Amino acid sequence: MKILLKGGRIVDPASGRDEVGDLFVADGKILGAKEKPDRTIDAKGLVVAPGLIDLSARLREPGDEYKATLASELDAAVAGGVTSLACPPDTHPPLDEPGLVDMLRRRAKALARARVYPVGALTVKLAGERLAEMSVLADAGCVAFSQANLPIADTQVLWRALQYAATFGYPVWLRAEDKWLSREGVAHDGEMATRLGLAGIPGFTETIALGTVLQLVRATGARVHFCRLSTAAAVEMIRAAKKEKLPVSCDVGIHYVHLSELDLGYYNTQCRLDPPLRTQRDRDALAAGLADGTVDCAVSDHAPVDEDRKQLPFAEAEVGATGLELLLPLALKWGEARKLPLAKTLARVTSDPARVLGVHSGRIEPGAPADLIVFDPKAPFQVTPESLKSQGKNSPFLGYELAGRVRATLVDGLVVYEQ
Amino acid sequence: MAANPQLNAHGELQHLLSIEGLPREILTQILDTAEPFAGVTEREVKKVPLLRGKSVFNVFFENSTRTRTTFEIAAKRLSADVINLNVAVSSTSKGESLIDTVYNLSAMHADIFVIRHGSSGAPYLIARHVKPHEHVINAGDGRHAHPTQGLLDLYTIRHYKKDFARLTVAIVGDVLHSRVARSLIHGLTTLGAPEVRVIGPQTLLPAGVEALGVRVFHDMRAGLKDCDVIVMLRVQNERMNGALLPSAQEFFKSYGLTAEKLALARPDAIVMHPGPMNRGVEIDSSVADGPHSVILPQVTYGIAVRMAVMSIVAGNN
Repeated sequence: MKILLKGGRIVDPASGRDEVGDLFVADGKILGAKEKPDRTIDAKGLVVAPGLIDLSARLREPGDEYKATLASELDAAVAGGVTSLACPPDTHPPLDEPGLVDMLRRRAKALARARVYPVGALTVKLAGERLAEMSVLADAGCVAFSQANLPIADTQVLWRALQYAATFGYPVWLRAEDKWLSREGVAHDGEMATRLGLAGIPGFTETIALGTVLQLVRATGARVHFCRLSTAAAVEMIRAAKKEKLPVSCDVGIHYVHLSELDLGYYNTQCRLDPPLRTQRDRDALAAGLADGTVDCAVSDHAPVDEDRKQLPFAEAEVGATGLELLLPLALKWGEARKLPLAKTLARVTSDPARVLGVHSGRIEPGAPADLIVFDPKAPFQVTPESLKSQGKNSPFLGYELAGRVRATLVDGLVVYEQ
Repeated sequence: MAANPQLNAHGELQHLLSIEGLPREILTQILDTAEPFAGVTEREVKKVPLLRGKSVFNVFFENSTRTRTTFEIAAKRLSADVINLNVAVSSTSKGESLIDTVYNLSAMHADIFVIRHGSSGAPYLIARHVKPHEHVINAGDGRHAHPTQGLLDLYTIRHYKKDFARLTVAIVGDVLHSRVARSLIHGLTTLGAPEVRVIGPQTLLPAGVEALGVRVFHDMRAGLKDCDVIVMLRVQNERMNGALLPSAQEFFKSYGLTAEKLALARPDAIVMHPGPMNRGVEIDSSVADGPHSVILPQVTYGIAVRMAVMSIVAGNN
């Protein structure tokens, strides 16, 4: 199948190229030359860009199919312009066995939507006690190893895990969180939690753990990607670590550059997230860090949760927000607020996460995978349960008007979504 | 942020969920309405017919005999029918969700729900799911709020001190876990008390408490100096002997109210306590039973204040 994307504004975040033109695609690749197309998609007035690469999206399989399924969430992914996603290992059971990883990849492949990159469990059952069989899991297709939102409390296990992963050069993706300090907490330990009478999670929960892991990176040489930074102090520590040339990278959840503890309002459980939404100062530092590249990329941290588990008192509600379909509009909103060129805005959700993931997509150049999106950056839409294909309708942005609608999504040179 | 969930379209009290966010006028209205009710409790026939034919459901997801009883007495003195539901030992243990419990109770036609729940914010969730003519009164949610306790504290202070404009009030002890302290702080700052102090060790004071408009003291003697009102908070037994406090004895040594420390306050200072008291832990018996103590009048005024709240919300339909 040869496809022509005709007359669109082609934005390549990897090179910074931004110009109107035609783009030819054949056999799953972006072409350098013109060829007679089998099909032409009119992209006039629209942006043609690499598909989004999301480093954290929960598909809820295996084990939590009542919350969401691969089919529903991969439909949501391509509708949101996400052509590749990494799924964390916190499924039931966790992704700590090659059979599970293999099945997940096969099922995802059969659905032929977005590409799915499983992240394997760093420890058996994510219990933080015994190392998972990383080498076997890597052969099964795991691209990295992680504890999802269940940090290892035992620092000796953490040290050994990083040593072992470094031995084979496997990247380790970690949330920086001191499990003891965050125990029982449900909201940022500050004025808002005090007013609402919620148990607090102090900001130093993150920086203490981050300091520990950075020391272990120095000791072991492990490549560590820090997931979901939430504090201004952590951004500063990463900035210093990068200056020191440590092999580290980091991401931020897209919600965290827009929201703060104040959005908890009167116990809005849609804002019950892990890590918690923090102060406005933290939010601004995360948004600035993402702009200057200290924070490498933004992720959806997609976590579909059924309504019953959000219709609870705040502390009892399940954590997480749906995000696959909001990543693009929320990234555009962030870029617009900071007056960034479109190519730079998109880099944080395309070429930069591609670099962390170690894949060749996320760029527009001859020979690169034809994972592309055509979108209207100005098209407004209201976030409603009906507007979301994801089975998770849980979003702090319900009722908001956002801009940015995907018109077509190509994965591996095939049109997998069209509106 | 959404509109104030406690007020109806006319700005009147629809639900009582927290003292925070209520205008001064509504607080004053409640205290003024409670005045004549305090008289009812002195009469031989202790009943007025204001809520005749109305149903008050006391729904307690957390056990509390004392608070439930005072709400029950208040509702009965207003001639309402009172139904007590101890949900802590019924539906939820069978796995029913909070919302389903509320829908079921609502189908039994309540006019007022009095809710006690262990989780902060639960009454807000319930208030969002009741019918428009139903009212929710928060009888204590987690660490968040206990507005009728706050109001009875305000009533007691106003009764003895007449005016909030010159008062120095000290709240002593476990502020971190205390819904009583939060409600009283909001009430005092709304009614214009110029100095509200919280006194306790760092482990028992919540982060950023200064933002609520209070002065923080760790030294009890300094904090009690020239106070007009001293409010002692209950320290739960399970907070002792852990990472928050080394022991009850040590707490009493630093933060227990004794006659000697009380002497640092103004000569006409009053001493309050929301009950139940731990004698010898937060308060010495000689103070609890002494001439400055207004702890028992607090209980009596509590009934009048709860009558006032119920009659006001029931009238705002």
